[in-house]
Amino acid sequence: MDLLLHPESPGDKLLLMVIAIALFVVVTGAILALLSLPRRLPRWLAALGFLGPAVLAVCFGLVYPALVTINNSLKDRSGSRYIGLGNYVQAFTEGQFLVVLRNSVLWVVLVPVAATALGLLYAALVDRTRYEKLAKTLMFLPMAISMVGASIIWKFVYDNKVGLLSQAYVGVAKLFGQEVTAPQWLMNAPANTLFLIVVMVWIQAGFAMTVLSAAIKAIPDDITEAAMLDGLTAWQLFRTITVPMIRPSIVVVLTTVAMTSLKAFDVVRTMTGGNYDTSVIANEFYTQSFTNQNKGMGAALAVLLFVIVIPVIAYNVRQLKRSEDVR
Amino acid sequence: MTSPTTAARPTSAAPAKAPKPTRLTRAERRAVTAKNRLTSRTASGLALVIALLWTVPTFGLAVTSFRGSRRQITTTGWWKALWPSNWGDFSLTNYQTALGSQNKLGTYFVNSFVVTLPSVLIPITLALLAAYAFAWIDFRGRNILFIAVFSLQVVPIQVTMIPLLTQYVNWGLNGTYWVLWLSHAMFGLPLAIFLLHNFMREIPRELVEAARVDGAGHVQVFLRVILPLMTPAIASFAIFQFLWVWNDLLVALAFAGNTPEVAPLTARLSDMVGSRGSAWHLLSAGAFISMVVPLAVFLALQRFFVRGLLAGSVKG
Repeated sequence: MDLLLHPESPGDKLLLMVIAIALFVVVTGAILALLSLPRRLPRWLAALGFLGPAVLAVCFGLVYPALVTINNSLKDRSGSRYIGLGNYVQAFTEGQFLVVLRNSVLWVVLVPVAATALGLLYAALVDRTRYEKLAKTLMFLPMAISMVGASIIWKFVYDNKVGLLSQAYVGVAKLFGQEVTAPQWLMNAPANTLFLIVVMVWIQAGFAMTVLSAAIKAIPDDITEAAMLDGLTAWQLFRTITVPMIRPSIVVVLTTVAMTSLKAFDVVRTMTGGNYDTSVIANEFYTQSFTNQNKGMGAALAVLLFVIVIPVIAYNVRQLKRSEDVR
Repeated sequence: MTSPTTAARPTSAAPAKAPKPTRLTRAERRAVTAKNRLTSRTASGLALVIALLWTVPTFGLAVTSFRGSRRQITTTGWWKALWPSNWGDFSLTNYQTALGSQNKLGTYFVNSFVVTLPSVLIPITLALLAAYAFAWIDFRGRNILFIAVFSLQVVPIQVTMIPLLTQYVNWGLNGTYWVLWLSHAMFGLPLAIFLLHNFMREIPRELVEAARVDGAGHVQVFLRVILPLMTPAIASFAIFQFLWVWNDLLVALAFAGNTPEVAPLTARLSDMVGSRGSAWHLLSAGAFISMVVPLAVFLALQRFFVRGLLAGSVKG
């Protein structure tokens, strides 16, 4: 029993993992074996067998908890009494939460715009150059590492003694004959939120660059060549041909990055813990739910995240339907 | 789609097309080429600056992780270590400290691995089955159900945390690997189904129908016809899910806490930043211990990753 629930040594942990995988394989195999038994499998039974486990999992893991959370958001901090929209009113009126909302707006606007602009610029700059592959990998690498890792990398840049930014700041000041010490970049609001946003832009630009680079490559060669013959400069070509032709991809990238930045809390959690006025909704959700044990407020903030993404769901579903009509 | 020849490069395109009738005189064309060469130099410079911004921070932390003297790390910039006279300072001490008996990052590394493998395997299998049903079994309400599952992709997992946690506590399973595997599998399913369905739809209908006419049941078609063709798609999603789970912090913090029993590297590191914020000798080595596996996987399988990315979806 201890092995199954609380393995301690690395060997026990790996053994437990193998047991779990074996268990899963056996169950799945049994389902498939049962489904192949009857000579003519009724359609509904086939659908049930193939879809059942997945639908059950998303219902238990996503649908049901989401409904419970919406209900909880209307209750007080211990979850015992309904208080109507009290949590939401508090979230939109109390100073502490207004800062959180302001920061979230900054994140959701600045991260996608900056990441997309930089990704697009970089994709256009390295397109069809000799070093394209290497150059793209360099910007893409931050996508592979955890946001915690990225936060450590940048917290080191912001270190007020030995960090690159601090030393550059002191160095530049020295050039102008000033003796200064670098400020605590992450402690001074409101600029500290911008320093956190830089980290997220650094993480997300690679995604924007990859998608937009593929879109740029899909532009037919004769269009760009004709434009070159008409004497367009590289910048004019970029502005009047490239950007308009990949507009749909730009919109997809903007919305995707916006949603990611809205829901991610790793950077804030790791770099400031949400202190010094840097918290965002996703981080405040964590603080309220797990640190402050304020269930009602935590639920309300989670629902708020949900409500903000609904227009995007609607938009994406419409896009999906449209692309299916085309097929 | 892409032209592999360098002749198609914009800068050289104008002179290459000389035989075609154009509105430019030769002098004008030469002017355009010269101008483009100039812009291309500015462009290269700009690209280089961006590339440096994207690599230097990581490089700096990497250098720091190999600096032996803690005093040097906290008093001088990392670039000082690059001076040839300081090369003697490079060592593996920080990694030994991070993995040693006091910080035990090796334990958390094992935890990350144990959490990740089933969390990738389970959703892929379940999603393959579901995607097959959505693509090849005709049943009533199929489209509506698919749209519903697709839409679930955008449900923020924060919304699910507390009710799930309550459930796990009731079962007495909170803080075990089981709930981490289950949670990651459930959260990964909508994207997995969507992505694998996209790939599965591309399989020619005749292939499946021919097998069906030959008397193969759905299970046989799934195992013998579909699965072998899905390998690249499976690889694409596997990388997504692998990076997602290995790099996850929220699910780990909510359901595993910070115990050496189950907590993955991300949870431990994030906690260490909070408690030992300027212990850069430790944090730098720790960060790279957590990054080495995803970086290796990513570099080895990059083309599958990009393919999955471009197939229309990303998880956020």
